[in-house]
Amino acid sequence: MNRGRRPIVRDALAIAVADGIFGVTFGALAVSAHLSLLEACALSLLAFTGASQFALVSVLAAGGGSPAAVASALLLGARNTLYALRVRSLLPRQWWPLRAHFVIDETTGMALGQRESSLHLPAFTITAACVFMMWNIGTAIGALVGLTTGDPRRFGLDAAGPAVFLALLVPMIKGRAELVATLAAAVTTLVTLPILPPGVPVLLAAAVGGLVAMVMRR
Amino acid sequence: MTWVVVGVTCAGCYALKALGFLVPERVMERPVVGSAVRLLPVALLSSLIVSQSIGGAGGVRLDARLLGLAVAGLLLALRVPLALTLVAAVAATALLRLAIGI
Repeated sequence: MNRGRRPIVRDALAIAVADGIFGVTFGALAVSAHLSLLEACALSLLAFTGASQFALVSVLAAGGGSPAAVASALLLGARNTLYALRVRSLLPRQWWPLRAHFVIDETTGMALGQRESSLHLPAFTITAACVFMMWNIGTAIGALVGLTTGDPRRFGLDAAGPAVFLALLVPMIKGRAELVATLAAAVTTLVTLPILPPGVPVLLAAAVGGLVAMVMRR
Repeated sequence: MTWVVVGVTCAGCYALKALGFLVPERVMERPVVGSAVRLLPVALLSSLIVSQSIGGAGGVRLDARLLGLAVAGLLLALRVPLALTLVAAVAATALLRLAIGI
C-alpha cells in the first residue's frame, strides 16, 4: 500500500465503524416499524442511503402511510443527485452505473477531500467498500437484536431518529435561508401534528418550509 | 405490502443517484433547482425532528425522547463524534424512561 492510501483507509474505517453503529440502530428501528429482517437488509443493500432509510422507517413507525414514508425518503435521497454531479467529474466514466449506487455523503466527502487527483478514485472506492460492509452488517445485527428484544422504546430507540436527523440537519444550516426553512417547517409541524394524519405533517412542513425559504431569498 | 414500499424506495434512491451522472450540469445550476434541492431536505429534517420527538398516538405526546434530543443537541454542539452522540441520546432516553416511566 502506498503512502497516499494509508490515511484514506484509516479515515474510511473510522467512518465505517460509526456507520456500523448507525446501521445497528437502523436495523432495530426497521423491525420496530414492522419491516421483516429481509426487508431491513434489502433496504441497506439496495437503497444504501442512511438518511432516506431512517426517514422511511420513522414515518412508517409513526403510523404514517406508505406514500408519505416513501416521499420523505426520496426527498432526502435527492441530496445524492447533487453529490453525483460533484463526484462524476472526479471518477472515470466507465462503470458509472455501478459507482452511482455508492454515491452518499461519506464517499463524496472522502473523494472531494483528496488533493491529488490520483487519489479521488481510491478514496471513493475504499470508503464505499468499508461503509457498505459495516452499514449492512450493522443493519442485520440491529434487526436481529430488535426482533429478539421486543419493545424498542424500552431501550430508548425512539430517540434515535430525532438524534440522527438533528446530526444531519446541523451541518446543513449555512445561512439565513436554511434557518428560515428549519423554523417554518418546525412551526408547521407543531401546528398540524394534532390535526392531520401521521406522515402528512412532515411532507406539508417540508413544502411550506422549503417554499417560504425560497421566496424570502428573492 | 411492505415489500412494495421497500422496492419503490430502493429503485427511487438508486434512480436519484444515477440521475446525477446523467443530467447536464446546467440543469442543477439553475437557481430554483439548486435552492429547492438544498432547502427542501432542511425543512424535511426539521419537521422529522419535531414529529419524531413529540409525535404520538392522537397527535402530541411528551416523553423521555425529549431528553434524548436535548442530549444529542448538546453533544453535537460540543462536536462529540456522531456515533457516540447517538448512543448517548438513546441511553439517556432509556434511563429516564426506566427511572420515571415516561
